[in-house]
Amino acid sequence: MSLACENGILKYLFEKDGIRINFMEVCGTHTHAIARAGIKALLPDNIRLISGPGCPVCVTAQETIDAYLTLSERDDVIIATYGDMIRVPGSERGDNLARRRALGSRVAVVYSPVDAVDIAANNPDKTVVFLGVGFETTAPGTAASIGIAKERNVHNYCVYSMLKRVEPALRALLDSPDFDISGFIVPGHVAAIIGERGFDFLASEYKKPSVITGFEPEDIMGSIYSLIKQIRSGRAELENKYERLVKKEGNIAAIDAIEKYLYVRDDVWRGFSNISKAGFGIKEEYSDFDAEKRFDIKTVLKPAPAGCLCGEIIKGRKEPLDCRLFGCICTPEDPIGPCMVSGEGACSAAFKYRSLI
Amino acid sequence: MNEIITLDYGSGGKKTASLIENMILPALDNEALDALLDGAVLPGAEKIVFSTDSFVISPIFFPGGDIGKLAVCGTVNDVAMAGGSARYLSLAFIIEEGFEIEKLKKIIDSIQNTANDAGVAVVTGDTKVVEKGKCDGIYINTSGIGVLRAPGLSPAAIKEGDKIIVSGTMGDHGTSILLSRYGYAGGEEVKSDCACLKRLAGGLYDLSGDLRVLRDPTRGGLATTLCEFVENTDLCICLDESRIPISKNVKSACEMLGLDPLYSANEGKLIAVVSPNAADRALSIIRSYPEGENAAIIGTVTKDHPGQTVLRTAFGGSRILTKLTGAQLPRIC
Amino acid sequence: MCLAVPFKIISIDGNDAVGEYEGIFRKIRVDFIKSLDIGDYVMVHAGFAIEKLDEKQALLDIEAFKELEEAFR
Repeated sequence: MSLACENGILKYLFEKDGIRINFMEVCGTHTHAIARAGIKALLPDNIRLISGPGCPVCVTAQETIDAYLTLSERDDVIIATYGDMIRVPGSERGDNLARRRALGSRVAVVYSPVDAVDIAANNPDKTVVFLGVGFETTAPGTAASIGIAKERNVHNYCVYSMLKRVEPALRALLDSPDFDISGFIVPGHVAAIIGERGFDFLASEYKKPSVITGFEPEDIMGSIYSLIKQIRSGRAELENKYERLVKKEGNIAAIDAIEKYLYVRDDVWRGFSNISKAGFGIKEEYSDFDAEKRFDIKTVLKPAPAGCLCGEIIKGRKEPLDCRLFGCICTPEDPIGPCMVSGEGACSAAFKYRSLI
Repeated sequence: MNEIITLDYGSGGKKTASLIENMILPALDNEALDALLDGAVLPGAEKIVFSTDSFVISPIFFPGGDIGKLAVCGTVNDVAMAGGSARYLSLAFIIEEGFEIEKLKKIIDSIQNTANDAGVAVVTGDTKVVEKGKCDGIYINTSGIGVLRAPGLSPAAIKEGDKIIVSGTMGDHGTSILLSRYGYAGGEEVKSDCACLKRLAGGLYDLSGDLRVLRDPTRGGLATTLCEFVENTDLCICLDESRIPISKNVKSACEMLGLDPLYSANEGKLIAVVSPNAADRALSIIRSYPEGENAAIIGTVTKDHPGQTVLRTAFGGSRILTKLTGAQLPRIC
Repeated sequence: MCLAVPFKIISIDGNDAVGEYEGIFRKIRVDFIKSLDIGDYVMVHAGFAIEKLDEKQALLDIEAFKELEEAFR
């Protein structure tokens, strides 16, 4: 995008709308991309970007983290995970996979669940538990890894499903009385899987301007421009600005994989407690590959750490600076809640920028 | 809960710094150590620079080098960053039983070739073997000693208006290692930049007082090193992202794995902070060496945001850089 | 949760493929991509291709940015 174009968009945005406009960027990868390009510094004061519940690190329930940390104590278990989860704290401060590894747990960082299947194949005397974190972008691959393990006769591989669905969480936010968001920057890769039709409800039911967005700074800037244009012209539509990847119906083969191996279930999200139909579990016929069944995992509901406002921050209702733990007790090196653990979560980002504001 | 050492303590970021500050310095307290330079400047008839480093890298053979080459370059470079010209090295091996002799031979050959190229001699050493499982293949420690050529190099010498120069592309080594670890083939395009900086640094010593400080941004990368320069001071470093040289392949590899090249280790590059009027001269000195061909001026020292390192992004926005908290890992988010 | 980059398909073997991204090669899974040819581009997330990059549409997107450019000249 040329400087002239960018300046033009900014000039348009800076024409005072006179009111505060909050846009929710749902997805953790958008949060990262916005921070990396330093986009917030460019926007007028009245346009705010709020990070939504789309960071799998941020919304994994504490109980789940505690459960896999306990599982990691077993000598016959290797925990395989994406790097994102290594420093996520359980309910006990400082307790995370990095610490457990130092204490002797076997923890392997992988790029793909297929790598976790490979680890299982190479370590027949151990059971590999793959932490199945993610939303609909990640769900098809995680589901398919079960089929791959089955096909390769790798029976010491299983998945601990923490997979989640974006729509129920967004509905829960939209249905709440004090939800003050004027429009959505819609996650482009979730949309690639579930299609434009997966996000129609934002505009058709809730009348919120929404734009399916890619991950380059130009994409994000272009989407903010489109959202403001919609607001100024009184429209509320779902626009697809990521047509190079997102189709109306999404990726049928990926959706089929989800439906083959997974089923929709209620789920506890950090900051939301229980959300109906917001999670994916592994179907009964694949229970051999379901860590919850194999290890009879029982999660123990624990309250969020005292004073932690992560839940409210994820909903866009409170800011990191509203949290009395922010910056003194809760810091990136010693996080209490996941919003501070995630490299560009609302709180860790605010921590970095606190002096620049 | 009992305090334990975790991997993050070795990442070169905040936890490493806290270990040094809270445990090592108070216990071993002396003037040379307290200066926390890459090499200790010691009094004597001629001032001596002395440095040590240990190498535990895995894999031990990687695109662009191996643990042996790294063991020589790492210590020679630390001496060079402190203003010294390394002459002699000590070399200590800790080897796990079962380690193949063929591999050891390759490593020793590599040490010899690199030492010759750097004009240093290994004059003393030691070898220990430990039981299977007690170390990861092979660990190496080298200590280097040389004569001080450029006194006074230190972050304390940095002044407002100074320019920040890097000697070449950033993030090559760290990115190459992570690529090897996470199963990428064809990594030949992304090689470690492992190299000796003795000659290049030597060329810069001619700048005398206009050269404020040299540092090779190893663990923690460019961003962590720059943060360390100005934290707890009234100075600020303002960087221009579009001027920071990053090779296309490193950029792509980082995008794939979710890494940041500004935080990936470099093993053959240096950062030079120089006075504004010496900046162009410093740049041409560095570029006159093959290992400095992609050198660039990437930023300025100001007083805009005391203690901070700020990046003006290629997109025109701005971003604060902080020190690396723990080792970078591949992400999905 | 959406980190993904575009790979060019170099070789295909059933649901396995080798892709190239700017000189870097990796094994990827293409279970979710119907009718794939060598030379096609796919967006890869956590080792799985999540969708084929529509080259024609990618060009159209570049056009869309160009339009914005014109609007602000």
